[in-house]
Amino acid sequence: MDFVTFFALAIPLVVVAVMVIAHPSPVYSALFLVMTLFLLAVYFLFLNAHMVAALQIIVYAGAIMVLFLFVIMLLNLQSDTLRTQRHGLGRVAIIGGVILLAELGLLLQGSSSELAESSLPENFGTVEALGSQLFTKYLLPFEITGILLLVAVVGAVVLAKR
Amino acid sequence: MIDFLITFSLTVLMILMVLNLGGLLLWVERKGSAVLQDRIGANRAAVLGKLPFNLGIVNTLVADPIKLFTKEDFVPPGADKLLHTLAPAIGLVPLLITFIVIPFGDVLIIGGREITLQAANLNIGILYVLAMVSLSVYGVVLGGWASNNRWALLGGIRGSAQMISYEIPLGLALIGVVLAFGSLDLQEITRAQGALIGGWIPAWGIVYQPVAFLIFLAAGIAESKRIPFDLPEAESELISGYFTEYSGAKQAMFMLGDFVEAIIVAGLITTLFFGGWQVPFLLRDGFHFPWGGTLALPSLLVTLLQVGSFTLKVLFFCWLQIMIRWTLPRFRYDQLISLGWKILLPLALANVMLTALIILLFE
Repeated sequence: MDFVTFFALAIPLVVVAVMVIAHPSPVYSALFLVMTLFLLAVYFLFLNAHMVAALQIIVYAGAIMVLFLFVIMLLNLQSDTLRTQRHGLGRVAIIGGVILLAELGLLLQGSSSELAESSLPENFGTVEALGSQLFTKYLLPFEITGILLLVAVVGAVVLAKR
Repeated sequence: MIDFLITFSLTVLMILMVLNLGGLLLWVERKGSAVLQDRIGANRAAVLGKLPFNLGIVNTLVADPIKLFTKEDFVPPGADKLLHTLAPAIGLVPLLITFIVIPFGDVLIIGGREITLQAANLNIGILYVLAMVSLSVYGVVLGGWASNNRWALLGGIRGSAQMISYEIPLGLALIGVVLAFGSLDLQEITRAQGALIGGWIPAWGIVYQPVAFLIFLAAGIAESKRIPFDLPEAESELISGYFTEYSGAKQAMFMLGDFVEAIIVAGLITTLFFGGWQVPFLLRDGFHFPWGGTLALPSLLVTLLQVGSFTLKVLFFCWLQIMIRWTLPRFRYDQLISLGWKILLPLALANVMLTALIILLFE
């Protein structure tokens, strides 16, 4: 990814990401989040990770965010109802942000030059490559994530049966 | 440069074909419903009130669009103007660009250059279709919300719940097919269907995956929101559901979107279960009959036969969906949701498990 493409994508991405928290209307916030996720998927496309890009759109933009919108509409959330509930979270958010920045700084220090120069393997980002990695090298995290999702599903069913 | 031009013209061609077929289906729908209900149906368009003879098809193909595009474009008071205007486009655009991954022929050889008759050959193939179809939900949801109308909101909420529920059996039915052919690329899946089982049965997807076909057909019709799954726009309950407050060109876009979705379902059923552009026993150099004997054909004719075969199959499945629409009554909403989650989902899961088991045992 060259310099121009990077900023052509990064600037809108940051703008819409900020709009998610800056816009007063919950529906618009959710839509800006959809745009953020969509632009991230475009990012993945430019990084040759086609499979991840498709999953990003199917799972996040296409399913989870529709449910978010569904709930916002069902509860008929207005702009002013959310305003009052923001107190007290500011300090936590600042601490979290500082920690995140520090982590990013550490990561960049360690490996920036190495990342830029490494070339991609032959079938990088294809379904086959991703699948074989998931089912061999990353089998344990993959299975644990599966169990985590199963627990969430069972929990939802239990709550619904009450 | 030439490669780019070829891809570009193929893409434009596909989008135009889908748009035109959508318009044509509007006529098939009106006329077909009339035939089924023993009526005559739309059969006249009098130009300036003076034309003495019958113009039948012209009525829906020319007069209807002109009427829709010249109507007042009404935005209800209290509606969210921006989203009300954007919603039809958000619903239609992802659907229009979905068709570019569906192959409509093998290769076209012009001047020694082989052109694959598929606008975009993506490694993720089917996943691209799923991604685009899942994005088109936003048209329904936003259209319903932005109209500031309770019927529209109810339609939008019904639509989002229904489309999310039926995406899951749809995707799982596709997994069965992907397992059977071992690829996500639609062109490769179609090529694999050119083989013969036992020397004479074409190895079409329906032979391997009959259950997946039925699940896919049901879930596909639900995705395109047609009867018996048309709860989001149920006329007798919600006026027109999520597009109650739409008029003119925007309403035409919603209508067209439904037809385009029907075409996508027909195209996918053709590609995955009925051999796509394959004609039985037709290879690249002509017919090879199982009872011996060959019939050599020039390559251009073979390509034409393949494209014709694909078009015919797609038209047939479009027609089938329209016939289903005018034959069945509408589900109740709880029936719709329980059909999706309690029947189609377990069936699709069982189909995936069984397919995987058979592949594991025999290969």
